[in-house]
Amino acid sequence: MSSTLLEARAIDKHFGGVTALRNVSLTIRQGEIYGLIGPNGAGKTSFFNVLTGLYHPDGGELIFAGEKLQASAPHKVAKLGIARTFQNIRLFGNMTAMENVMVGRHVRTHAGVFGAVLHDRRTTREEAAIRRRAEELLNYVNIADRADDLARHLSYGDQRRLEIARALATDPKLLALDEPAAGMNGTETASLRELIEGIRKDGITVLLIEHDVKLVMGLCDRVAVLDYGEKICEDVPSLVQKDPKVIEAYLGGSIA
Amino acid sequence: MDIFIQQIINGLVLGSIYALVALGYTMVYGIMGLINFAHGEVVMIGAMVALTVIKLLANSGLPVFIIILLALAAAAVVCMAVGFSIERIAYRPLRHAPKLAPLITAIGVSIVLQNLSMLIWGRNYHAFPPILPTSAHDVFGATITTLQVAIVLIATLMMAGLIVLIHRTRLGRAMRATSENPSIAQLMGVNINQIISITFIIGSALAAVAGLMVSANYSIAHYYMGFMLGLKAFTAAVLGGIGNIAGAVLGGILLGLIESLGAGYIGDLTGGFLGSHYQDIFAFFVLIGVLIFRPSGLVGEKVSERA
Amino acid sequence: MTSMSSLNALRTDKRMVIAATVIMGIALAVLPFIIGSGLGNSWLRILNFALLYIMLALGLNIVVGFAGLLDLGYIAFYAVGAYLYALLASPHFGLHLPVWVIIPAGAALAGIFGALLGAPTLRLRGDYLAIVTLGFGEIVRIFLNNLNAPVNITNGPQGISGIDPIHLGGFTLAKPISLFGFTLPSLHAYYYLFLALALFIVFVTIRLENSRIGRAWVAIREDEIAAKSCGINTRNIKLLAFTMGASFGGVAGGLFAGFQGFVSPESFNLMESVMVLCMVVLGGMGNIPGVILGGILLTILPEIFRHGSGPVQVAIFGKILLDPEALRMLLFGLALIVVMLYRPAGLWPSTTRRREFRGDSTNDVLKEGE
Repeated sequence: MSSTLLEARAIDKHFGGVTALRNVSLTIRQGEIYGLIGPNGAGKTSFFNVLTGLYHPDGGELIFAGEKLQASAPHKVAKLGIARTFQNIRLFGNMTAMENVMVGRHVRTHAGVFGAVLHDRRTTREEAAIRRRAEELLNYVNIADRADDLARHLSYGDQRRLEIARALATDPKLLALDEPAAGMNGTETASLRELIEGIRKDGITVLLIEHDVKLVMGLCDRVAVLDYGEKICEDVPSLVQKDPKVIEAYLGGSIA
Repeated sequence: MDIFIQQIINGLVLGSIYALVALGYTMVYGIMGLINFAHGEVVMIGAMVALTVIKLLANSGLPVFIIILLALAAAAVVCMAVGFSIERIAYRPLRHAPKLAPLITAIGVSIVLQNLSMLIWGRNYHAFPPILPTSAHDVFGATITTLQVAIVLIATLMMAGLIVLIHRTRLGRAMRATSENPSIAQLMGVNINQIISITFIIGSALAAVAGLMVSANYSIAHYYMGFMLGLKAFTAAVLGGIGNIAGAVLGGILLGLIESLGAGYIGDLTGGFLGSHYQDIFAFFVLIGVLIFRPSGLVGEKVSERA
Repeated sequence: MTSMSSLNALRTDKRMVIAATVIMGIALAVLPFIIGSGLGNSWLRILNFALLYIMLALGLNIVVGFAGLLDLGYIAFYAVGAYLYALLASPHFGLHLPVWVIIPAGAALAGIFGALLGAPTLRLRGDYLAIVTLGFGEIVRIFLNNLNAPVNITNGPQGISGIDPIHLGGFTLAKPISLFGFTLPSLHAYYYLFLALALFIVFVTIRLENSRIGRAWVAIREDEIAAKSCGINTRNIKLLAFTMGASFGGVAGGLFAGFQGFVSPESFNLMESVMVLCMVVLGGMGNIPGVILGGILLTILPEIFRHGSGPVQVAIFGKILLDPEALRMLLFGLALIVVMLYRPAGLWPSTTRRREFRGDSTNDVLKEGE
């Protein structure tokens, strides 16, 4: 059994009177693909937003790679090694695909104003390295041919891939994908699956929110199910599918 | 004479005027998400037109009440036409343009109106003819003129009317729907273009009234008066939480009080270091202070964490 | 095969660039002589002001065009630079520091003011930020107007006059400079100095745009939430934008004070901020050549109207019917409207990327929508 990468302890989150997350605890192990599923409004995206520092949790704590995550500091979370994509794709629309990925390198690079203006050796070298890495990543997600196109001009599937490439550019330990297959057809989903498996092979742990149950069940090592903000189940896919609570949550078995 | 009470009274009068103008900003912002930079100039046009009519009729022998009513009607009609045209010409074609484009046209409109006014009415200050009753009343050792009472009363009535309009009528419901989500409102059969036009017309009518009030209160009108007034009123709208009707009223009154009390007491507060000519600074300091702690204004919705 | 042809294309490109640079260089070098002899000294002064406005527009472009932060009080930084020069090199305090001390100090002080403005306003969204920056600009102007009592610092509304002209290495730019039997008139000398600094600022801006920092600015403009999630410390990067933009304004302000010999609060009113913003937006926000074009056009256009509105009326009506000053601003306002209606993205938006100011969609992610 491999070591723990992320531990969520009793996370609570309310919006006014509405409870988005109640006492959610879960553990993600190094190197696994962990699925987070649940009906609409179950709190999956809320959990993502708490995890990545966009929301301030009302209770509980997150331990990542042995360090406590500071709430409300998304850039620090990224620095510690959690990268994410967004359910409703958030690219830098008026930047090229290439530039989008280069922005992802920001957190691992250092050049400041003086470096930028003076173009000293270190800065030019760093800039070249950023560019090289961005090219590699565009290749990796198979959209190298769109490198110079504006992100908002890419097709939907390519935008999803670009977002993953940008997230990978931050050298994450944990890659959190929020419904990456949403709106994709069968072929696109299949190649996305390959991509995610490849990412895991490269040693990056993956947290996956997904509606496509087939994809989750086929891909994930373990799955947690949220319902009304509470975790009702966490296990390997084959057992989760048989859990009566889960079946009930999904209104009688659309999960199978 | 009690200075404190006097400053409160002055502040209320000033604040009522700010509030009327602020409503124009906030209504347009609420519906279109646009800073109507030219609104202050509409107020100025209202003041100039009203003053022109009053000057023409001052010696006509008509009762003062009728003169004022005619002046107001003329100002309102002109302002409504101006407001309507501004939206049609400068904003509507840019509704889906980059966000700063309509701001620049708004600035352009503002410059045009100001200079048009200078061409029509000249560079000079225009004095308000002394036709209004100057009777003063004693309140707790301070004085309040009939004019001041009238300003506060009329402003209050108009604000109340506007709130009823927005919350109790079909038109108001359509306006609220449009501000909530224009495309859905359109699907539900609301004619957005019409609603936006009406919003500009109502805002401009309020501006006309405010214009007359300002010129009566200060006995003066000037082609440049719309600029600072607009700035203050916009500040008031933001202070309350722009887009929010009640916020504009609250922001306006509050700003009026702050300015008036500030001007009265700043010398004492700073040990004579800062004099009353720093009056204009208050508005901005308060604004910055409020926004630092409540980034969406006093009554504005909290946007940082919206569920 | 392809790599060979692209290499050739690159070489031709490079040659073209060199040729264009040389032609531009010659044009810029002879420009003051052409304008000076063709149109006279008043237009030469206007040309110098155009260079100052280009510096301002490029500075504001960093804040508004790159980082997407709407600043309506930018002229305050110009004022800071100008007043610092006026205080350190005039009979007002009897100080006469050299220009190479004052201009960098002006840039630094303006940069500090930029950070001071930026720090409390970082949480504010678009239009709230606009009004706060506007208020900041007004506060600075009102203080300049009133800080003549109890201690006379700024000399109040009268402003400070008798400011030292800019001296460079023993030469004063206020008088014609004779070098090797060749005489360079004062306005020409200022032109070359301003041109050099404007080119320097263009250079800095281009370098910044294509850097880690520049990308972070644009990323914040495009989507602040996504930028944060990419590890960008948006607070620091925004502050940096305010500071850099302000420092350009400080430089331009110092040059203005030395050139003009006189500063007063009236030169730094809201209309000036608005003017610089119009240059940025009308030119083509975020696109450096567009912003430069905007700066030139909006400096020259009102002057053309000024010089034209009187004589043209006389030619048509035989006398002056309308106040030329009002007419000139009226035409200017109309020009702003017409340009924006027909070119909402500005006169010269970048061809490869039509950048837009995307407004406040940054909070979408915070809506629960699974």
